[in-house]
Amino acid sequence: MEFWLPVIFAALMALAMLIYVILDGYDLGVGLLLPLGNAEEKDTMIASIGPFWDANETWLVLGVGLLLVAFPLAHGIILGELYLPVAVMLLGLILRGVAFDFRVKARDEHQYAWNMAFAAGSLLAALAQGVMLGRFITGFAPGAMPWGMALISGLALAGGYILLGACWLILKTDGALQLRAIAWARSSLYAAAAAVVLVSIATPLASARIAERWFALPTVFLLALVPVVTAALFAALWLLLPRLARREPAARERLSLVPFLLVVGIVLLAFYGLSYSVFPYLVIDRLTLWQAAASTAALQVIFYGALIVLPVIAAYTVFAYRVFRGKASELRYD
Amino acid sequence: MDFDVLTLSRIQFAANITFHILFPTISIALGWVLLWFKTAYRRSGDAAWLDAYYFWVKVFALTFALGVVSGITMSFQFGTNWPGYMQTVGDIAGPLLAYEVLTAFFLEATFLGIMLFGRQKVGERMHTFATFLVAFGTTVSAFWIIVLNSWMQTPAGFEMVDGRAVVTDWLAVIFNPSMPYRLSHMLLASALTVAFLVAGVSTWRWRRGDRSGGVANALKTALIIAAVLAPLQAFLGDLHGLNTLKHQPAKIAAIEGIWHTERGAPLQLFALPNAETRTNDYSIAIPKLASLILTHELDGELKGISAFGDDHPPVAKVFWSFRVMVGVGLAMLLIGVLGAWQFCRRGTLAPWLSRALVWMSFSGWIATVAGWYVAEIGRQPWLVQGVLRTADAVTKVPGGMVASTLVMYLLLYVVLLATYVSVVFHMAGKASKAALQSAQGE
Ligand code: HDD
Ligand code: HEM
Ligand code: HEM
Repeated sequence: MEFWLPVIFAALMALAMLIYVILDGYDLGVGLLLPLGNAEEKDTMIASIGPFWDANETWLVLGVGLLLVAFPLAHGIILGELYLPVAVMLLGLILRGVAFDFRVKARDEHQYAWNMAFAAGSLLAALAQGVMLGRFITGFAPGAMPWGMALISGLALAGGYILLGACWLILKTDGALQLRAIAWARSSLYAAAAAVVLVSIATPLASARIAERWFALPTVFLLALVPVVTAALFAALWLLLPRLARREPAARERLSLVPFLLVVGIVLLAFYGLSYSVFPYLVIDRLTLWQAAASTAALQVIFYGALIVLPVIAAYTVFAYRVFRGKASELRYD
Repeated sequence: MDFDVLTLSRIQFAANITFHILFPTISIALGWVLLWFKTAYRRSGDAAWLDAYYFWVKVFALTFALGVVSGITMSFQFGTNWPGYMQTVGDIAGPLLAYEVLTAFFLEATFLGIMLFGRQKVGERMHTFATFLVAFGTTVSAFWIIVLNSWMQTPAGFEMVDGRAVVTDWLAVIFNPSMPYRLSHMLLASALTVAFLVAGVSTWRWRRGDRSGGVANALKTALIIAAVLAPLQAFLGDLHGLNTLKHQPAKIAAIEGIWHTERGAPLQLFALPNAETRTNDYSIAIPKLASLILTHELDGELKGISAFGDDHPPVAKVFWSFRVMVGVGLAMLLIGVLGAWQFCRRGTLAPWLSRALVWMSFSGWIATVAGWYVAEIGRQPWLVQGVLRTADAVTKVPGGMVASTLVMYLLLYVVLLATYVSVVFHMAGKASKAALQSAQGE
């Protein structure tokens, strides 16, 4: 138990963060794309995320909550180091959360401003999360290099979210907006690919330990699969998107889920690579997950609860997505 | 500039939780009120209930969104500002917070989507069930967080091992001595806040000539809730105070403004507690009443602040917060009972009464926040009563950083609060305009 409980909790926390990045990633991405749509398209774009965004953000609360309760020591260090980016992210999340409701409920003449607040909030949150990721990977090292890297990773994550958001729109919309979403996905594809390459090159450069982990023989051959498959997924998207745009609507519909799944595949691989680099540290080169763990008694109490409740949460989440399956329709309270 | 991190962190935490609690206070009870509107419609078939539902569900959506985003801020705050907290009592706070996320947050957030936008997609019964689950989720969330807060006020079921609190009995932790009082007082606070919000906004529409059935039904429901629950809340608050006297006598000394232990202590109606001289300036008091209320004897002895050495809360803040809460509570009692009586008897309200109701739309917020200030400031200098001092739990983050984020939060909160209040009335105006137009059309 002494050994396994912290590992299980680290895995649970990673899972919560992964689900968060995918789910809130698409709705932040839609927020980033919002200024590109016309008035009617904006409504549809928002409608495509309306029933989901709240539950999506709850995964962030779970992730941070698990960090707090399972690894209190690491929580203090990590959030202390990330104090400012966290504040910026919260500002962004607050802005977009309230703009979502205010844009339709406040005076009509303010709608433009709330739309902008929605996009700006999404941008702030995406950039701040990327910066947090970059700071985390470099072990919060001081200096211009690591900070430059953090900024790059901020842009990279925003690019990734845009791609995810565009693919979500391909799935949830039709007609002209769907075609535009395909075009947005195509343009952001290059940015996202460049970002993945940059971060992959920069990470081993930034940390000798990570470089060692990745390039040690013989695991290097097995690990080489990660970049190869990632490249294959990008290539598949690159080939698929223009063809999708040329198809008849009905034929396009049959494949509308595929781009989103391909991007999710890329996210999974990137996340796997990241976890591999970091494990077993929670604060790189400073604190392992065993050093940071809370007492076993507390973890056990949470573990049994999670064992029962998480499957139930998964079940009703699937139910909610099934209720709102198909194309996004106008958000109506009646 | 020299910033004191402790002070700044406290102000920031207080600002964030104060902002946060405004919205849960409305969400918790409004969820149940919406469920009632829906059930009443299904039972009576009267479309007026549905009108009331559609208007207030929009307010609910707005409130919930603000509650969620400000709550996310809270979950980050805990670790950033109070690392010493989790290190000392993490074995208790950790599981309680985790259970709140697992059993409440996901439930309410997921079914909120169906409750708000799914009526056409899932059918009537499932939609009612989703509404129930959302209301239930907010209440479960309140349960867990109040358990934690009550435990911080009256810790039980643990022992200290190497400076860390270790649980010996989970049931004693959960059902700690002040939990039943605090939970019921908070749930009633939420119900009263919603009752006066619904009554205030409905009266505002009524005064503008909107006599549609939805407005009348909502108004009547809200006034009845207010008339029943306001007296109950005063009764419960009294019991709550007696319980506090047993466990946190220093807090009661501050509430009553009793500086020195005395028999037959007077009830201070008005006073300016003076920490320098340890007396009350400009005091207006009723002799012996405090002793009578708290000990049920005219000459009962009440401990004064000076009996607690340096371990006592700031008196004036607690003293005044308490009077604000009780003052609003008494006003609610008066207006609620009169309003319900008049409206049920005559089907309308006297102009002065309707004006008072409009002014009291957000009075629940004031009483709730004041009540929390009594509870939380009254616990100082402890973070966990008798176990952990606030000063020992504070972060090492540079003060300048806390100051800059504090300014950001405060500015944001002022703007959002003003927008929230004005949007609620804007929506009410729009709904009334539509109702008046359709009435003219007929
Ligand atoms: C689970 C814990 C918890 C809960 C539910 C609350 N608080 Fe609290 N509160 C704290 C945990 C806490 C704390 C961590 O214990 C603080 C931080 C600093 C301190 O002294 O206690 C605190 C301080 C604190 C202070 C500053 C007191 C001072 O420093 O003199 C205020 C004004 C409030 N709180 C207000 C509230 C309000 C309006 C709440 C309504 C929801 C509330 N608290 C719920
Ligand atoms: C102690 C500090 C608190 C923390 C850390 C906290 C944390 C949170 C978080 C993270 C959320 C968002 C959940 C979501 O994503 O859906 C939330 C919402 C909520 N909180 Fe709190 N909370 C605190 C105090 C309270 C108190 C004292 C109450 C009630 C008595 C309360 C009741 C609620 C409710 C009902 C919601 C959901 C409904 C809404 O947003 O209006 N919270 N809280
Ligand atoms: C009218 C008579 C009332 C009395 C005698 C009363 C009494 C009290 C007392 C003694 C406390 C502090 C308990 C402690 O911390 O140990 C308290 C707290 C509180 N009060 Fe009241 N109260 C009254 C009315 C109200 C009203 C009308 C509201 C809101 C609508 C309200 C909301 C609260 C809240 C939110 C708290 C903090 C949470 C808690 O400790 O339960 N109270 N009240």
